[in-house]
Amino acid sequence: MAAAYEIAARRQDAQQEGSAPSVAVRNVKKAFESHMVLNGVSLSVNRGETLAVLGRSGTGKSVLLRLIIGLETPDSGSVCIQGQDIAGLALDRMGEIRKKMGFLFQHAALYDSLTVAENVAFPLEHHRRDMSKSERGDWVRQLLDEVGMEGDLGKMPSDLSGGMQKRVGLARALALKPEILLLDEPTAGLDPISSGEIDDLILKLQRERQMASIVVTHDLHSARTIANRLALLDQGNVVIEGNFEDLQESDIAFVREFLK
Amino acid sequence: MNNQITAVSEISPPQPGRLSLTLPSVLGSIARPVEDFFEWFGGLGIFAWQVLKAAITPPYEWRELIRQLDEVGSKSFPLVALAGAAIGAVLSMEARSSMTRFGAKALLPSAIVYAVFLEMGPIITGLVVSGRVGAGIGAELASMKVTEQIDAIEASAINPYRLLAATRIMACILMLPLLTIVADGCGLLTGWFAQNLVEPLSFHRFIESGFHGATFNAFLPPTFKTAVYGLIIGLIACYQGMRTRGGAEGVGRAATNSVVLASLFVILADVVLVKFILIVFP
Repeated sequence: MAAAYEIAARRQDAQQEGSAPSVAVRNVKKAFESHMVLNGVSLSVNRGETLAVLGRSGTGKSVLLRLIIGLETPDSGSVCIQGQDIAGLALDRMGEIRKKMGFLFQHAALYDSLTVAENVAFPLEHHRRDMSKSERGDWVRQLLDEVGMEGDLGKMPSDLSGGMQKRVGLARALALKPEILLLDEPTAGLDPISSGEIDDLILKLQRERQMASIVVTHDLHSARTIANRLALLDQGNVVIEGNFEDLQESDIAFVREFLK
Repeated sequence: MNNQITAVSEISPPQPGRLSLTLPSVLGSIARPVEDFFEWFGGLGIFAWQVLKAAITPPYEWRELIRQLDEVGSKSFPLVALAGAAIGAVLSMEARSSMTRFGAKALLPSAIVYAVFLEMGPIITGLVVSGRVGAGIGAELASMKVTEQIDAIEASAINPYRLLAATRIMACILMLPLLTIVADGCGLLTGWFAQNLVEPLSFHRFIESGFHGATFNAFLPPTFKTAVYGLIIGLIACYQGMRTRGGAEGVGRAATNSVVLASLFVILADVVLVKFILIVFP
């Protein structure tokens, strides 16, 4: 219940500041050929807030993240990042918005021809040309230290386990100090210890950087640990949105079944 | 025997109206490839426009361009040199017997020079590079596409058309003429060598006789037309790679299609460019 007050207070703060939500998805529909994946989804996330998006496989959770970062375009509805509607933006203009966002892909999507350090340095080399090589190196080491990968700078992605790849992917997502963090199944396929470590890491980053985060996950325990708010998707719609207690108290059959 | 008769009798005779039922499916089976054909060209046009826009606007990806120049140029050098050398030697051996038969043996150096510089060098370079580089680019980008690495580049606020496609296409455009000069040179050298083995002739005499009456301008358009081959190879390979779907099978298909389509379009472009050169540089 305290968490709910906290969310309400944060929302009120954001409104008082007159600032738009970090991410606002309004009535978004997306179909692939005849298959409707998202059917009018609306969500918003403010600065310092973490939203976990839950749902069965194939309900469009990852598509939702891809829409937010502009890798897919919605059939209708709008996606606004810090008040800016991203529909129809040219690639370079979209790039300016993407610099404020970090994205962890489900399978990390590390560049397989680059080492761990080069992977993390990749966005910096393109967007922080003002940084010297040694400054970039220091920042990369610091990021890898934060995700517990400081000893693997020279390794290739193929030499890493799934969990290690995700850590490096997370370090890369944080390289440009994003204001919005999108995480696609950060703990999927990991053992409970590694999952816990990733959760702790996300919580630590939240505390230190006050980012707006959206985490797509199947992992209820992880969602409960890291998110202030949860949204449950089913058949392309948000069935319920609230904190974990709201979900537990819900009478909706699907919600009860999902929580079982 | 009885069973056979029964089986035959079970085959139903053609029904009236069946033709009208199958006509839409026949039309559908024709329409689909036509639709795919136009979709492919439409997609290629949009892709080319995106690459052009990305290529002419800063920031420029100089480091990646240099890497690609090395990848396309230096690494194709041995193969192109070998292919050019083989063509020169074969031309010399084949042409010798024919030209001797027609009493035109003295024109053999010219025949080799003209054949190598005007057509064989450029087309062989185009085909060798579309095989080596086309497959390489197609497979590399397709593999990056199916493992979401291209999406990761885009998500990192980097324009993949600029970083991946423009640099590779530019490297192909710049390197093809240079590689053609390499193939021409090697062809000339082995053409002379093959001639020299049968009938000793100094290299100086061979060159003098081969280029007799030729102007520098005669050899420039055929050499520089390969920049168009470079554009075709780079554009098609990048397009095939970046539109790939479907895992390992998709990667294989992209690599194969890159080579097949790039080679095909290089040959077709050659026909058009030869005619164009004959009209513009008579």
